[in-house]
Amino acid sequence: MSSSPTGISIHQSDRALKRLKVRKAKEARFRMCGIGAVVAAVTMLGWLLVSIVGTGYTAFYQHYLTIDVELTESVIDPTGARDPDELRKANFRKIIQEAIYDRFPTVTERREKSELFKIVSASGATNQARQMVYNDPTLVGKTLTITVPTSDDVDQLLKGYIDRDAPENRRKISNKQIVWVDALTETGEIKSKFNTTFFTATDSRDPELAGIAGAVVGSLMALFVAFAVSVPVGVGAAVYLEEFAPQNRFTDFVEININNLAAVPSIVFGLLGLAVFLNFFGMPRSAPLVGGLVLALMTLPTIIIATRSALRAVSPSIVDGALSLGASHTQAVFHHKVPLAAPGILTGSIIGIAQALGETAPLLMIGMVAFVTEIPSGLTEPASALPVQIFLWSDSAERAWAERTSAAIIVLLSVLICMNALAIFLRSRLERRW
Amino acid sequence: MTLISAALLAAVIMAAFIFGRGLAFSRGGAFSASGVSGRAHSLPAYHGYFAAWAVGVATILAAFIGWMLRDTIGFEVVAILVIVTAGAGFVVCHQLINPDFRARNFVETFVKMALFLCSGVAVLTTFGIVLSLVFESLRFFEQVPLLDFLTGLQWSPQTALREDQAGQSGAFGAVPIFTGTFMIMGVAMFVAAPIGLLIAVYLSEYASKCTRALVKPIIEILAGVPTVVYGFFALLTVGPAIRGFAESFGFSVPTQSAIAAGSVMGVMIIPFISSLSDDVINAVPQTLRDGSYALGATRSETMTKVIFPAALPGIIGALLLAISRAIGETMIVVMAAGRAANLTGNPFEAVTTVTVQIVSLLTGDQEFDSAKTLAAFALGLVLFVITLALNVVALLIVRKYRERYE
Repeated sequence: MSSSPTGISIHQSDRALKRLKVRKAKEARFRMCGIGAVVAAVTMLGWLLVSIVGTGYTAFYQHYLTIDVELTESVIDPTGARDPDELRKANFRKIIQEAIYDRFPTVTERREKSELFKIVSASGATNQARQMVYNDPTLVGKTLTITVPTSDDVDQLLKGYIDRDAPENRRKISNKQIVWVDALTETGEIKSKFNTTFFTATDSRDPELAGIAGAVVGSLMALFVAFAVSVPVGVGAAVYLEEFAPQNRFTDFVEININNLAAVPSIVFGLLGLAVFLNFFGMPRSAPLVGGLVLALMTLPTIIIATRSALRAVSPSIVDGALSLGASHTQAVFHHKVPLAAPGILTGSIIGIAQALGETAPLLMIGMVAFVTEIPSGLTEPASALPVQIFLWSDSAERAWAERTSAAIIVLLSVLICMNALAIFLRSRLERRW
Repeated sequence: MTLISAALLAAVIMAAFIFGRGLAFSRGGAFSASGVSGRAHSLPAYHGYFAAWAVGVATILAAFIGWMLRDTIGFEVVAILVIVTAGAGFVVCHQLINPDFRARNFVETFVKMALFLCSGVAVLTTFGIVLSLVFESLRFFEQVPLLDFLTGLQWSPQTALREDQAGQSGAFGAVPIFTGTFMIMGVAMFVAAPIGLLIAVYLSEYASKCTRALVKPIIEILAGVPTVVYGFFALLTVGPAIRGFAESFGFSVPTQSAIAAGSVMGVMIIPFISSLSDDVINAVPQTLRDGSYALGATRSETMTKVIFPAALPGIIGALLLAISRAIGETMIVVMAAGRAANLTGNPFEAVTTVTVQIVSLLTGDQEFDSAKTLAAFALGLVLFVITLALNVVALLIVRKYRERYE
């Protein structure tokens, strides 16, 4: 070791120590950058979740008004025939109006009355009364107590999203309406309850009546088709490529193809679906069948790649053992290798299907953006899907819609988390290592 | 109707399986209870599978041909045809199945053929994409010259729908769309590339095993969030936040802007870049690190002067893949970037992208022959070609790089 004239090692000279300090500071800065990047990413995730959950959790409860409705025979059924079809067409709107006007007898002016009526969800209340009378015509002439959703503006007011102190013309709800709503809340006639509508209803023009049931059923159908098509085909293709494919140009071509398909933007799959399934084969627009097929083609590469790595992870000695006992190659693969790779295949399939569940763009291309107010009853019926429903609702500027969009996102994310957790659980439980 | 025929078909195939297997048992004679025989070539189940396959294929073929000809020959004839074919299948099996019949070889060949067809689906999908895009694009370029499309500065496809304006077929100059796409991609990469790379560096070189096990899955969650959720986040939270931030400095920024959509898209591709570069950094041999540490370099010096240059090709590959992902991303930009085709270099304005235009051209009412609808396929073709090229180049770089150290 060389020494400077003073007897101190050059590594301990002032200049060297200064240099070392600079280098160590640089090192610390670099490390902080890394930590900063991680924190930034985690913060973004946190911000996303907080903003969505914070906007959306209030959609899981809703305010309902309980009101006595007198089913006046002269209005609903002037002929007295109790014909269900005639009852269906009756003027229930008027019945509901009368019921509310009766609750506030002091309100007499026409304009005030119409403001008063706006407290309840008009179509929600009329539909509910109509359905009850249709189911049981003997109710006509009696007084019925129904619980109906309040209008979305009242709901937002009671959830505290409408500023009561704002000038009257700058909020969606008038001073008089606030007084009435407060009176009804005080007497307990307006109560906040768990929002079952959101889970049982389909899309609607009124936010207080809109629900995700139709979209969820549409998504389930599309996923069912996607699963039924992509898992057998994907596993088959993977087994072929991994076990039976000869080493030739065609096999290489197929492999390159699969890798490239995995990177094709999802919207291009939508264009494929539009051009081939809809225009060439003439399948119905907006149908879960077509949506499922497009999603199946999209998930195919994911499943093939996952299955191949699961097959590769099975110890070759298993196959050798089977072959040495006289099994044919096919038998060794199907009786031993594939069953042992099944947990990996299953995990890959679940992850692939979870991706497909969140996919929106290809479904837009094949027309699954229609306004569908019925729960789809078959694979070829027009349907929506959960992510598409989110997209459609996100277009509306009103706060009640933002709330419901976020709630639908919460549902979607919960399902995705469950699916991925299931995949992780299965992998850790079932996977064997050799 | 479809359900009933499918159930009938399944029943026939099941029956054929039981028939074939039973026949093998009764004719094999020497089959023991476990099905093992000293004499027969194949296990009874293979005879069953063979019968199921033979009858099934014959019946499906007959039903398909009958369905095509149903108008000329009538439903009754079709039904009779199918029943006769199925019966014939049973008769053939009855003739063929005996202990010497090599049922297993037939079944295994069939299984291999079926697996081959499965892998063919992937090829068919690619062909389907290429053919449908090229075919529709050619029809579009019959109406709008290719050069006008690629170099035109004006994009206003909506006018094409107005029938009364004969001769005026809208403007299909895609340059504003391309610039918008690249601007948003640029913003996204500006956010994602540094953060993603630093995360990869931190996780692979600095983090303890425990931190890594905790942080990596959290980052991966970002990749699992559906893009429609990011789009809503950009629209509901990030867009207004950026607008509010800019307003506090006296600028006016629309809620839908390139910067809002781009930065949220950047967050989406962070895990993409971080996990790919993580792999690449981990693939650099440990000997390089050890050599550098032995010479007294700090971790950051090792990282920037040794590992980073060694991993650079792989990292470039990862960035290219991320760019291709950003260009093809749809929902975030549809919801947060705006629809008007602005030719601008300012990221605080609303711009539009290729994917946004495809969506807005194809949702809603469409006539399939109008230039407006076909333009979506031309844009789709451009998108497909660009992403494909990026992927091929990226994979080539990554592969070449991997070979260097193996």
